[in-house]
Amino acid sequence: MSAILEKPGFNPDRKYKIIGTSPVKHDGFDKVTGRAKFAADFFLPGMLIGKFLRSPHPHAFVRKIDVSRAEKLAGVKAVVTRDDFPELKPGTGGGDMSRIAMAREKVYWEGHPVAAVAAVSETIARKALKLIKVDYEVLPHVIDPVAAMAPNAPILHDYLRTKGVKGPDAEKKTNVVERLELSVGDAEEGFKEADVVVEHTYDTKPMHQGYIEPQSSVANVSEDGQVELWCCTQAPWVYRDRLTEILKLDSAKIRIQQSELGGGFGGKTTFYTEPVAILLSKKAKAPVKMTLTRVEVMKATGPVSGTQTRTKMGCKKDGTIVAADSELIFQTGPYTGSAFTNAPQAMFTRYELKNVKTVSYEVVSNRPKVSSFRAPCVPQAVFGVEDVVSELAKKIGMDPIDFRLKNAIKEGHKTIYGETFTKIGFIETLEAAKACDHYKSPVPKGQGRGVACGFWFNRGGETTGTVNLAPDGTVNIILGTADVAGSRMSMSMMAAEEFGIPVDRVRSILADTHSLGYNRVTAGSRTTFSSGMIVVDATRKIIAELTRRAAKIWGVPEDGVIFEDGHCRPASSNVGNFEPLSMKDIASKTTYTMGAISGHSEMNVTGAGPGFGLHIVDVKVDRETGLTQIMRYTVVEDAGKAISPMQVEGQYQGGAVQGIGWALNEEYIYGADGKLQNAGFLDYRMPVASDVPMIDTVIVEVPNPKHPFGLRGVGEVPVTPTMAAVGNAIGECIGIRPRSLPMTPPKVLKLIEEAEAKGLLPKH
Amino acid sequence: MSKKHHLAMNVNGDDYEFLCETHQSLLDVLRDELMLTGTKEGCATGDCGACSVTLDGRLACSCLVLAVECEGAKIGTIEGMARGDVLHPLQRNFLELNGLQCGICTPGILIAARSLLERNPDPSETEIRYWLAGNLCRCTGYDKIIRSVQAAAKEMRGA
Repeated sequence: MSAILEKPGFNPDRKYKIIGTSPVKHDGFDKVTGRAKFAADFFLPGMLIGKFLRSPHPHAFVRKIDVSRAEKLAGVKAVVTRDDFPELKPGTGGGDMSRIAMAREKVYWEGHPVAAVAAVSETIARKALKLIKVDYEVLPHVIDPVAAMAPNAPILHDYLRTKGVKGPDAEKKTNVVERLELSVGDAEEGFKEADVVVEHTYDTKPMHQGYIEPQSSVANVSEDGQVELWCCTQAPWVYRDRLTEILKLDSAKIRIQQSELGGGFGGKTTFYTEPVAILLSKKAKAPVKMTLTRVEVMKATGPVSGTQTRTKMGCKKDGTIVAADSELIFQTGPYTGSAFTNAPQAMFTRYELKNVKTVSYEVVSNRPKVSSFRAPCVPQAVFGVEDVVSELAKKIGMDPIDFRLKNAIKEGHKTIYGETFTKIGFIETLEAAKACDHYKSPVPKGQGRGVACGFWFNRGGETTGTVNLAPDGTVNIILGTADVAGSRMSMSMMAAEEFGIPVDRVRSILADTHSLGYNRVTAGSRTTFSSGMIVVDATRKIIAELTRRAAKIWGVPEDGVIFEDGHCRPASSNVGNFEPLSMKDIASKTTYTMGAISGHSEMNVTGAGPGFGLHIVDVKVDRETGLTQIMRYTVVEDAGKAISPMQVEGQYQGGAVQGIGWALNEEYIYGADGKLQNAGFLDYRMPVASDVPMIDTVIVEVPNPKHPFGLRGVGEVPVTPTMAAVGNAIGECIGIRPRSLPMTPPKVLKLIEEAEAKGLLPKH
Repeated sequence: MSKKHHLAMNVNGDDYEFLCETHQSLLDVLRDELMLTGTKEGCATGDCGACSVTLDGRLACSCLVLAVECEGAKIGTIEGMARGDVLHPLQRNFLELNGLQCGICTPGILIAARSLLERNPDPSETEIRYWLAGNLCRCTGYDKIIRSVQAAAKEMRGA
């Protein structure tokens, strides 16, 4: 274990010079001038354009694919189908990945790739696609996960048997991938102590990550099989390893360079264009670029799981929650891999609960394979929990934050998934929320206020990085994690803080897969924490080396030298009367000492501090149209320590507005034919600037003692409570809480009518 | 095979000649023919604003304009926004106030915001929000974008 994991050197009294300021991001200049190179901005001489042919059917056998006419079209340089992919067993990780990239026996969703063409122009590539003849045997399809669980539902995979089921059902063909029960105590017994019990069912719709940059990659395969790949990805090393698996490549022969990432939010943790571009390039013996259209992004890249959930909780009159019980159905697309197991682990993890029962299901159906999104699978489950919690508080006449405070978990709590929390900041977050201006001000007339809490584990994991010292004393950092919103700058700040030099003397870049060892996917709010740990560790190694060199130059023992503010100095006057040596002084003379100085670090980073947040929202609901308007919004969240407060605020604000979109507008709409009807930004409506107000933020700082600066990941938490907060606010406004997402005007209007009929509609 | 069209237009003060197919959009030509890749494609249907440019002084989605319509036109793109080393106040304020995260929408938003401030040097928050409603950003939640535009407007007014 690396020493820094055991002794991170966190010092609560340390005074920072750079940490906690918000300097201009070094990568920002290129982004405001148009110079920044995103994936589609990459061009190579002689580059061909690749395009996909996609299935028009949601479920069909692919009997035959005839590409002969396409291959003969002038300007077409390669055509690729399933026959070009190595055979991998279905139902295995590699087999599924291969089949997502290119359909094999069957197509499983409308938009599933069946062939691809590389040609000298996009026009010719498109013409060639029209010349490919695919013979389909159309099969009945199923879109809705609950329908997919029914006994007579069309079966997607003959081989699938439900994991976690015993008895005769264990041998049945099914669309249910897994049944997972995760429980503590005895929920049934717990409910007997309850004075009040609330239970409701909820449904959430798949939403898309909505990154503005469509996936794009350029593959260049040489005649001897060397693969160069440029793409937008949150996971270069994961891509490499999976590509080597499904294409039977040698890792030494594939080098992936990540581009600037034009938004990912989890959606760019898995590949779509890359394996096909590689195969096309290999066949065509020329570089091939494949860029998805927005329609392709919507139809064929992973959205977020839609869910059907039921949640029941009970409390005593004094507010103590005594039991919780939940059933969760997660849709995953045609293949397993939704990360649904996060949901039962995280959904109640804010409250001190002794009796919890959860049963979760993952279900396949004929829609694109889901992909990760901010706090994967957690917001959907939290939606129901935070609704129930608010209703319980209301029923016993307690303030919703006080109710949460009463049940809040603290240090020493053992979670349902086995982790025992060290220092966490949930109570401090709740107290900060109570004290903030928004919560203290009265709810404006005609509006409703909702609050809800969120949680995310925060992650660490395998991370590698290098810090190099240049002869002029400047520093460059080579990172393996992707930069989704400004992490390069945070790393530069952390190194500058440790060295005691201005941040402008440090630059961070993103490595290709040949330049560093393995880096786990950039996800789960792990980047600033994990790569930060690597950078601090590597920086400390350099500082240790600088002191050794100074000792050598001065001819004194190593412990006679101290390092501070970018200089080596004699530890005391007893050591000798030496002028301080700057980093430049030492780095420029490495030829005469022991060669270049750099620090490298690689470790499986542990100690990510869990994150908690609370959102407060005021809404106005138009009773004639059912339109909900967000009037005021505040995000309160524990950051441990905000390295760059403006970037932390940006995470809070962006997460909240994504959640607002999920709450109010965003959904996938399928026709009876199993085809997606809103595959574009006009009909799939993400929030625009005029939909939302300013998003206020309160950064709570309860340091994570496992990190040198005390930081916690901050990116996932802000999307977890949003839908519940908005739902609770609408409920306050109209007397009935919406429990089906998105809370569109027609749905809310119906609830207004229902509330009016039942006499529940508040009078303004 | 149909022949390409030969056109000329002025981009950011420089004259360009180019060949294009009939169906190619102004965006396609800027990016693929002139290699001015600062203008981004997010949707190609005029819904996201990432491809915003000015066309003879008017704000336009370059994905919705056919290149063959641009003979003799004056186009303004992000590459022409700074004056040498000096950033436009909008660019500088976006940097200083963290008005961008991933940066893919930033060129379009800067072009759109410049167009707003040329017409209305003192826009209200609501006016900024509605003017930029055609420019999607998925990272920021818009807060810091709006604040960056407000700060730039104030600075440009000399207020």
